[in-house]
Amino acid sequence: MDKIWIITKRELATFFDSLTAYVMIVIFLGLSGFFTWLSVNNIFVIGQARLDVFFSISFWTLFFFIPAITMRSIAEENKTGTIELLSTKAISDWDIVVGKFLACLLLVFIALLCTLPYYLTVSKLGNVDHGGILGGYFGLVLISAAYVSIGIFASSITHNQIVAFLLALFIGFFFHLLFDLIASGLKGQLGSVFEFLSARVHFDSLSRGVIDSRDLLYFVSIILGGLVLSAAMISRRNWQN
Amino acid sequence: MTISVRNLTKTYGIQKAVDDISFEVKTGEVVGFLGPNGAGKSTTMRIITCYQAATAGDVVLDGVSVRQDPDNIKTKIGYLPENNPLYYEMAVIDYLKFSAEIQGVVKTEIESRIREMVRKCGLEDEKHKKIQELSKGYKQRVGLAQAMIHNPDVLILDEPTSGLDPNQIVEIRKLIKELGKEKTVILSSHILSEVEATCDRILIINKGKIVANGSSADLRKQAQGNELLNVQLEVNGSETESPKAALEKLPTVMSVQSINGREHYYQIQSKPETSSKKAVFDLCVRNHWYLLEMTALETKLEDVFRELTN
Repeated sequence: MDKIWIITKRELATFFDSLTAYVMIVIFLGLSGFFTWLSVNNIFVIGQARLDVFFSISFWTLFFFIPAITMRSIAEENKTGTIELLSTKAISDWDIVVGKFLACLLLVFIALLCTLPYYLTVSKLGNVDHGGILGGYFGLVLISAAYVSIGIFASSITHNQIVAFLLALFIGFFFHLLFDLIASGLKGQLGSVFEFLSARVHFDSLSRGVIDSRDLLYFVSIILGGLVLSAAMISRRNWQN
Repeated sequence: MTISVRNLTKTYGIQKAVDDISFEVKTGEVVGFLGPNGAGKSTTMRIITCYQAATAGDVVLDGVSVRQDPDNIKTKIGYLPENNPLYYEMAVIDYLKFSAEIQGVVKTEIESRIREMVRKCGLEDEKHKKIQELSKGYKQRVGLAQAMIHNPDVLILDEPTSGLDPNQIVEIRKLIKELGKEKTVILSSHILSEVEATCDRILIINKGKIVANGSSADLRKQAQGNELLNVQLEVNGSETESPKAALEKLPTVMSVQSINGREHYYQIQSKPETSSKKAVFDLCVRNHWYLLEMTALETKLEDVFRELTN
C-alpha cells in the first residue's frame, strides 16, 4: 500500500508540475459550466433546481477528458525506458498500475470537487434532491474510474501517447455508446446482455440516486479488468519466448 | 553477496540472445562484461535484475533464485540500465527521494542517504535542477546515485561511463572501485581501457556465449603467443657478420625482421616459452654495440578482444 501511494504521489506531482492538471481542470470546468449555466438547455431554461444537465454533460466531457489524462501514464514510461528502472525496483507491476490508476482518478476527483459550487448554487435556488445529486456524483466517480482503468490499459500496450489516447476512446466508445445502440436494436436475451454492458444504463440508474449492486458490480469489474490487463501488459516482457 | 549465473539461456523467437552461460561473482569483486553490440550483455543484466525472465537456467544471489523471490532480490540490487532512463521532469533531489522511498529505505534514513549520494556523485550544485536541464554527464551521475541510494549489496551498471568527459570518467571509476571493495559489482562496457582500469575480472561475451573469463593479465597471457621484442642497435661497423644474422643465431630466437626497413631496427620473435632479452643484451656487450632500445610488446586487450569476438 505504501508503494502504491509513492507512485500516486509522484504521478500527481507530475500532473501539477506539467500544467496538465490545470489545463484539464479548466477545460472540464469550462465545458461543463458553459453547458450547465449558459447554453440553450441551461438550468434557468429548465427552471428546476436539478443538476441533470451537468451530469449528462460531464458524462460526455469526462469521456474525452480521461483518455487525455491516462494516455501518458505508461506509454511514456515504455517510450523513455523508465519502465525498466521502475520494474527493477522493489515494487510489483500491480502496485505500479494501481498507483497510476489512483493518481489519474484523484485528478478527476479534484476536477469534480471544483464543481461543488454548482451544487451549492443550485441548492440555494430551490429544493434539490440531495440523494439524487449525491448519486450523480457517485456515478460520475465510478464511470471515471472505469474509463481511467481502460485508459491505463490502452496506455500500457503502446509507446505512443496518441495511440493510447485514441485506443482508450475506441474501447471507451463501446461502453459509452455502442453497446447501448446495439441493445436498442435487439430484442430478448441478447438485447438485455448488451444493455447490461452499456455504461449509460448503469450511470443513469445511479444518477437517479438508486445504488444497485448490479451497477456497482458492473463498474468494479471494468476497473479490475482494466487493471489486471495493464499489469499483465507490463509483465509481458517475460512472455516472449 | 555472491551472484551465481547457472546455465542461463534467453531466446527471442529463434534468436538466442544468451546461450547457456554460467559464471560466478563474489563479494568485493568488480567484474566487467565486455562484448560487441548485441552480444547479450544487457540481456544478462536484465535477467539478474529481475526485469526479464530467463528462458532456461537460473540466477542465484546468496542462495535465493530470481525465479523464487524477485521482490526480495530487487531490494538488494542497484541497477543502472543502458541509456540511463530517468524521469526528466523531476528535480534531482525529488527523484532521489522517490527512488529511496520505493526501494524501501527507512524514512528516518532517507535524508542522510540522499545527502550522501549527492556528495558522492558530485551533484551538490545541481540537486535542485530538473533532470532534463542537466548535461549528459550529470544525468549519468543521477543514474548512479539512484542505483546506490538504498545501499544495495549488488550493483549492476550497464555502461556506467557512457557520455562522460575524461575527468568524470576517472571520478566514476574511482567511485566504482571504492564501492567494489564491499559490494558485488557487474558493469558492462565496450571501452576496453575502462574495463581494464576498473575491473578485477573480465568476462568477454560474444554471440551469447562467454569466450573468455579472467583478469586482464590472464587474458593477455592467454592470447599472447611468443615473446616479441623491438630492438634498436647502434653498431661500430667493424663486425664480420651483419647484426641481423648474429641475432638469428641466438638459441632462443625464432625469427628477426627489420622494422619499416630502418637500419638496425628489428623485431625479434622468441621461441615458445622462452625469452631472448638477456641473450640480446649479452650479444651487444660482446660485440661492443650500443643497445638503443629494447621494448617488449604486450598484447593489447584490444587484440584479445578482436581475436575472440571476430
